[in-house]
Amino acid sequence: MNQRAEPGSPGPPRGTLRGGRAPHIHVLPGVRARLPPIPLACRGFPGWRTWNQRLPKGANVILKFFRRKAQPDVQLEQGLEKTRRGVFSEITRLFDRAAIDEALYEDLEMLLIQADVGWDVSQQLVAELRARVQRDRIQDPAAAREILREEMISLLEAAQRNRTVKILQRGVPFVIMVVGVNGVGKTTTIAKLAKYHQAFGRSVMLAAGDTFRAAAIDQLAIWGERLDVPVIAHQQGGDPGAVVFDAMQAAHARNVDVLIVDTAGRLHTKHNLMAELTKLRKIMQKTVPDAPQETILVIDATTGQNGLVQAKEFSNAVAISDIAIAKLDGTAKGGIAFSVAKELGTPISYVGTGEKAADLAEFRPETYVDSLFFGEGEGF
Amino acid sequence: MFESLTDRLNETFAKLGRKGRLTEQDVDDAMREVRRALLEADVNFKVAKDFVAAVRERAVGQDVLRSLSPAQTVIGIANEELIRVLGEEPEALRAPDHPPQILMLVGLQGSGKTTHAAKLAVHLRKQGRNPLLVAADVYRPAAINQLQALGKQVSIPVYEEGVGSNPVAISANALRYAQERGYNPVIIDTAGRLQIDERLMQELVDIRERVHPTEILLVADAMTGQEAVGVAQTFHDQVGASGLILTKMDGDARGGAALSIRAVTGVPIKFIGSGEKLDALEPFYPNRLASRILGMGDVLSLIERAQEQMTDEDPVKLQERMMKGQFNLEDFLEQLQKVKKMGPLNQLLEMIPGLGAQLRQAKAQISDDDYKHIEAIIFSMTPDERRNPSVIGKRRSARIAKGSGRTPQEVRALLKQFNEMQKMMSQIGRMSKKGKLPSGGFPGMPFG
Repeated sequence: MNQRAEPGSPGPPRGTLRGGRAPHIHVLPGVRARLPPIPLACRGFPGWRTWNQRLPKGANVILKFFRRKAQPDVQLEQGLEKTRRGVFSEITRLFDRAAIDEALYEDLEMLLIQADVGWDVSQQLVAELRARVQRDRIQDPAAAREILREEMISLLEAAQRNRTVKILQRGVPFVIMVVGVNGVGKTTTIAKLAKYHQAFGRSVMLAAGDTFRAAAIDQLAIWGERLDVPVIAHQQGGDPGAVVFDAMQAAHARNVDVLIVDTAGRLHTKHNLMAELTKLRKIMQKTVPDAPQETILVIDATTGQNGLVQAKEFSNAVAISDIAIAKLDGTAKGGIAFSVAKELGTPISYVGTGEKAADLAEFRPETYVDSLFFGEGEGF
Repeated sequence: MFESLTDRLNETFAKLGRKGRLTEQDVDDAMREVRRALLEADVNFKVAKDFVAAVRERAVGQDVLRSLSPAQTVIGIANEELIRVLGEEPEALRAPDHPPQILMLVGLQGSGKTTHAAKLAVHLRKQGRNPLLVAADVYRPAAINQLQALGKQVSIPVYEEGVGSNPVAISANALRYAQERGYNPVIIDTAGRLQIDERLMQELVDIRERVHPTEILLVADAMTGQEAVGVAQTFHDQVGASGLILTKMDGDARGGAALSIRAVTGVPIKFIGSGEKLDALEPFYPNRLASRILGMGDVLSLIERAQEQMTDEDPVKLQERMMKGQFNLEDFLEQLQKVKKMGPLNQLLEMIPGLGAQLRQAKAQISDDDYKHIEAIIFSMTPDERRNPSVIGKRRSARIAKGSGRTPQEVRALLKQFNEMQKMMSQIGRMSKKGKLPSGGFPGMPFG
């Protein structure tokens, strides 16, 4: 790894730089030392309201004042339009009955499991609902529905509190590493993230770290062209570490605000490939000590209970800071989010709701749960 | 990750064992565990319900209540029932009425259609066929490039018309092209689509009407959750699938989706995608998937992982050396490193059936750091010492301890353990020479 720090070193070909001159090689001095408080620059990063660590609950309340409300959740709601027609709206109908009885709980459990919420969490949610209904002597099904809704939201919000603030510094690339198993939609999510950050007026660069899959580099390059974003790439079959290193240098030399690194899809059971991710992280840290400032695990909304295992294994290899749920525009509900939130406490930050670059929304537990609750259900 | 069904059933029945008698209620408890195992494996809720009902009926008929090992009986029934639903025999691809054979791959985005189109082509070429790949995905950026690159890798021709063309026209033209040049089969890679996207679903129907494919293969991700049924059902109703390819089975997903799809649509599972390499396509074996869905350990993947690390002559040579008592610390180190490459120790041990429960208790004692310590100690020995550990005395072990940053006690403990291992091995060697042990293989392995 060390030899790569030398510009003229032998080894794998240095490859071509798309969209610009060769990067000037130099390592930044310790960046961590000075962190100017620039909250405005943090806008648009989900969770910017917390400050680099978990805050006490009181502080959170104060910071909520400053929460950006400029962008309404129209996008998320639209994306969930199709999703909500499925199981969750059936939950609304389920509570549309005269009294709370045993069948209600049974059907509820069934509906939750059908949304991929998983056995354990479904049991927990139903048990909690049952306990509260009994304790508070609730008779009205609508009130019970409200309790369930609160419980689901609070389950997700508990994880959202673990979001860390993302600080954007002048002259230091904000590095986002995107990881996930094969075919979850990493490359598309990257394009969306690029568009997302562009909307905040940030300059974006992409690194084609997937040197394994055929044409993955082309796919990213096409997105780069569409979005007018430079893409740093080597040949297919090259060393992803070298790509990442070049990209880090290029991002710094060109004063790029946000560098998004694509990685090859890998199954979390492949030990060597997971170790490669750890290595990529170390390479990034050679240029920017706290890179990647955001490590996003992309999970396919159709994924079942294996999603939790994925999240665990990826977290072990690289500290996952955020989760993005892709393909939420289908009929899948992404119920695995509940299991992940409960077991790992990793915050879900983004949801992908379509195939266009603009189809990315910030994840808000309330919007997510509500979109899936309300609306007329068609069922299946 | 998940407690295995075997463990849980044993637990359930152990509780009853103390009561001395099993009741109907106890069978219901056991069935609850079976159902839970299925749901955790992502088997569809309704499918799981029906399945459990079927198992229960048989279990009552077979009198689990009086059997000596009720847990095993229940699992046996569940396993048999699973195999019955999954289809007893692997099913081959249909032959066309008149050539060429046309295979059309359909599915959601990211399920692995493009990769599996190439895998299928490689698989069929091995049977002496002359396949043509058709790039009909004009939507996803670089999808055509991907198929071209794959085709180039394995030197199989790819028919494409760029992104400006219509997939229906591409397919029709490709068919004509294949007929002219004698390509057979024709494998059409279509774009990934959501089953609720009416326009794109109609496109598949149009392609089907134009080229009349011999097989429409639904490509599904083994990790799919409860949605699998809805997706498969819609594809089947609207386009008509004739087979299923289950992809990404080299991960640790249980693959319950396959059971759901098979149970609901009746579409047979034809192939399993088991790796990123283009020859990683296997015919489907119901018994393997059945034990996987039930979470009964995964000896087969353990063996597969081991095989990845071993070359052919390795085990033979090693066995010879072991038998002759020539196994030394260098061999030991080599073995250790191979095991290490297979993955974290905990993960490996969990794949061994029946070991689950004990392991969870002993988990604290096994750590991958132990590997590192042993390695460090051996690395601190001279080649001579590694080959002949008996020369290591007090002074040498003190030096080794210093070199490896461990204590002399640890060094001695390792040597003692190694010594015992060596003794045991030469004993086994002598025994097998007298013919007391079958040569090679583990006796009585319940899989295969």
